[in-house]
Amino acid sequence: MRVEPVSGRVISGPLEDVYVYEAPVRLWHWVTMLCIIALGVTGYFIGSPPPAIGGEAYDHFLFGWIRMVHESAGVILVVAFLVRIYWAVMGNHHARSIFYVPLWSGEWWKALKDQGLYSLFLKRESQLWVGHDPIAQASMFFMFTLGALFLCVTGLALFAEQWGWGTYWMMWFGWVFVLFGDPQMVRTLHHLAMWYMVLFAFIHIYMVFREDIMSGGSVIGTMVNGIRMFKREPRA
Amino acid sequence: MNDTYYELMRRRGISRRSFLKFCSLTAASLGLGDAGAQQIAQAMQTKPRTPVIWLEGLECTCCSESFIRSAHPLAKDVVLSMLSLDYHMTLSAAAGQQLRENALETIAKHKGNYILAVEGNPPLAEDGMYCIYYGRPFVEVLREYAKDAKAIVSWGSCASWGCIQAAKPNPTQATPVHKVITDKPVIKVPGCPPIAEVMTGVLTYILTFDRLPDLDAQGRPKMFYSQRVHDKCYRRPHFDAGQFVEKFDDAGARQGFCLYKVGCKGPVTYNACSTVRWNEGTSFPIQSGHGCIGCSEDAFWDKGSFYDHLTTLTVPGLAGVEGTADKIGLTVLAAAGAAVAAHAAVSAIKQARSKTRNDQVSEVEK
Repeated sequence: MRVEPVSGRVISGPLEDVYVYEAPVRLWHWVTMLCIIALGVTGYFIGSPPPAIGGEAYDHFLFGWIRMVHESAGVILVVAFLVRIYWAVMGNHHARSIFYVPLWSGEWWKALKDQGLYSLFLKRESQLWVGHDPIAQASMFFMFTLGALFLCVTGLALFAEQWGWGTYWMMWFGWVFVLFGDPQMVRTLHHLAMWYMVLFAFIHIYMVFREDIMSGGSVIGTMVNGIRMFKREPRA
Repeated sequence: MNDTYYELMRRRGISRRSFLKFCSLTAASLGLGDAGAQQIAQAMQTKPRTPVIWLEGLECTCCSESFIRSAHPLAKDVVLSMLSLDYHMTLSAAAGQQLRENALETIAKHKGNYILAVEGNPPLAEDGMYCIYYGRPFVEVLREYAKDAKAIVSWGSCASWGCIQAAKPNPTQATPVHKVITDKPVIKVPGCPPIAEVMTGVLTYILTFDRLPDLDAQGRPKMFYSQRVHDKCYRRPHFDAGQFVEKFDDAGARQGFCLYKVGCKGPVTYNACSTVRWNEGTSFPIQSGHGCIGCSEDAFWDKGSFYDHLTTLTVPGLAGVEGTADKIGLTVLAAAGAAVAAHAAVSAIKQARSKTRNDQVSEVEK
């Protein structure tokens, strides 16, 4: 099987299964998914708290728990992301694809145009892709990787704020408040970035199901067992 | 003027015992220990008083009003005994040329050794014509008085950040002091107004220790501005419990629940309100049932509603359209939802067609 190295387009057969996503990448994917669900739900409640509960304050710790789940999930997400970066260095070629967009490659731009026309229903069939198709790679980078990075940095800064000035946390993340002006702006942008991530997740899930049904390769299964299988011959 | 504080206080009939009590109280309010009280006593018995010149630019005098209500130390102690407040337009008995001469005399006599306290800020538009002092733009007077000062204290949000006169669109181009005087150390004491005890505390610290307090990254004294109002708020347990005031007249409001949902800015405001409180420690905004409006934070007028804890955002490209993060997020998500639904519908039709075509092909093959 011949594959164009930058875009991952299958040029010609004979088709064979490819091991795309190694175990650490798959594990990271599902851990991150769970974290994002937890973060999104609790984060929304931190912005708009649930209706007040009555009684004595010492009988309840609801908002404390919400914040604790949010912060724990956030820290897990950060650690998983760091491990993921390590694996981008150590793992295979596909482990790196969400960390860059090969804008310098003419082949990649050609492939992006092809996939774009297919997505707009101007081409009947898509090409076969070994890893991410070009649109997927670009949206993974711009929406997920940059979005997650922004959420992690602003989130850690807000976490640091609870520790207070003069702590190591604040030494490492105090610059975030200087960069965005004030804590309220950091909170607001962190909140806005949550919607950016929700938007990503929404489009991501739609595209994954659509491509699993309509493209020539396996998609959902690939994130389960790591293997991309092809269902038809590559398009001319 | 060169008397020590102690001599002056004794002359005013204050006993040594009261003097030492005062030193302990001041040390406690500055967060210093037992040794701090002794240091203060030592300094006040040996050091000549440092003169302070107090200028008022574009402002409302709320800082002065707050200052004279200081309880620990009492404002009268500060003004009459501790610092030599040589020039203050509102508090001085003298006025006009006589007062001006007083200031110039202090500057000449204590070159490089006096503190310039600035309340309000200079407007720079139209060559500074929006604030006139002795028939001259205030910014010129400020520069003149600042030239020989040891340090500058920016009183209140006006001098520290710009406050309401610098809020968008800032027609007079009101500019905070540190952006005009760039060659002197500037201590920001923000708040609208700042807490009285914070004001006198900062001055006491400078005068007794003869050095400037430790400042944070934004130039505020760490001893009063290193914690959020939220961190030591007495309503914090209600925050953690999830007990919030939903409306200002509901049962939660009467029970003193947390004001976060009605826009309290305590979690993003660095100030000492929840510990020092106001009016001799009587109360502070949250205690009186209203959320913190974040008056000691930069540009607090430009962040949208006082009753929303997030900043109101202007949507880029849509002039005048403002929204909250949630509104913007939901709008974009709804648009994406519509696009995805349309895309999915077309995809489904296409899939069905290609299936029919494949079936026809297989029919033909049969």
